[in-house]
Amino acid sequence: MTPTRKKRLTLVGLIVLGVSAATVVAITALQDNMLFFVTPSDVHAQTLPPDRQIRLGGLVADGTVSRDPDSLAVTFGVTDGAHDVKVSFNGILPDLFREGQGVIAHGFMDESGVFRAHEVLARHDETYMPPEVMRALEEAGHPMEASMPR
Amino acid sequence: MIWKTIKVNFHRLGSPPTFYRLAQVLAPWLWAGFAVCAAIGLYQALYVVPPDYQQSDSFRILYIHVPAAWQAMAGYVVMAILAVIALVWRIRTVEIMAMAGAPIGAAFTFICLATGSLWGRPMWGTWWAWDARLTSMLVLLFIYLGIMGLYAAFEDRRKGARVACILILVGIVNIPIIHFSVEWWTTLHQGATIRLFSGESTMHESMMPPLIWMTIAVKLMFGAALLDRSRNDLLDQDRRKGWVQARLGESA
Repeated sequence: MTPTRKKRLTLVGLIVLGVSAATVVAITALQDNMLFFVTPSDVHAQTLPPDRQIRLGGLVADGTVSRDPDSLAVTFGVTDGAHDVKVSFNGILPDLFREGQGVIAHGFMDESGVFRAHEVLARHDETYMPPEVMRALEEAGHPMEASMPR
Repeated sequence: MIWKTIKVNFHRLGSPPTFYRLAQVLAPWLWAGFAVCAAIGLYQALYVVPPDYQQSDSFRILYIHVPAAWQAMAGYVVMAILAVIALVWRIRTVEIMAMAGAPIGAAFTFICLATGSLWGRPMWGTWWAWDARLTSMLVLLFIYLGIMGLYAAFEDRRKGARVACILILVGIVNIPIIHFSVEWWTTLHQGATIRLFSGESTMHESMMPPLIWMTIAVKLMFGAALLDRSRNDLLDQDRRKGWVQARLGESA
């Protein structure tokens, strides 16, 4: 390798190194802002300012979904295994919404400790399998454990 | 001895007429391979594979979405390697190849974003969310467009290529960010299903074959399009040169 090429290669290396270092610093500084949602445990720890719009993510707790028969109003619990938060929502839920499903609710905590959502998104987990396999798993007594959203 | 042969051949490959001829011979084979693999992959994806237990038939879009996303990132890595070679050794055909990759990568990124959006509306309940995965993928599209714009902005094509190559190097930091975004932060986008190195894949094996076929198909297509685009660019740049005149005369 000629000296000129060596110099150019060093320069290329320095560019990549410099940009990487800058990115690491920037990402570390922005860590909290890069999170798309917070968990019920975060809400419980009350580290969040009240009345602020947040996204709450977790699993729909089993047996907590109750729908108002006359309107679109629905309440359900969102859990991360450690803590639960009650969510109330008035609108159309996505197709994937069901008990045990990962969801993300956008809204705020009111004074009574209920999370008032104006938007509910379903979060799909990374598991793909045919219905027969799902049925076989259930019959064998190993229902798919809903994976926690991270 | 062998090293010297490789070196000589490498240098010969750098000469535009040799590269032109090689690309001309190779590209049709890659296109043919793409057509075969894509036909098998699409048939299996649409007719053979069982529906998903939760999403039923909607999940089939992943056989386009995932290979496109992988190729958008893999294409960028290929371009970055070409960019390093182009910047250090100043080989013109390599500069041209690095530049030829950008519109193809941009197209794959767009396909990834569009199919993801179409899937997201019924499944998530929204077309778009500003989470780390989706945003970093959008940034990749902008980087691709930036490379194309920068290359086109210079009167001197070689100068434009060198400046754009530096942008490719700068943009490479985005690739690990895209990959790890679903692990480092909470996102709407789900985590990785297919794992090559760490842990097991969480897709049932009956659903795997079309994904593998489509991934190979898309890789071949990237190679074929890269060679074709490089060849066209080379022809355009050298249109007044002797070797092009000779080739055109011979085919006319």
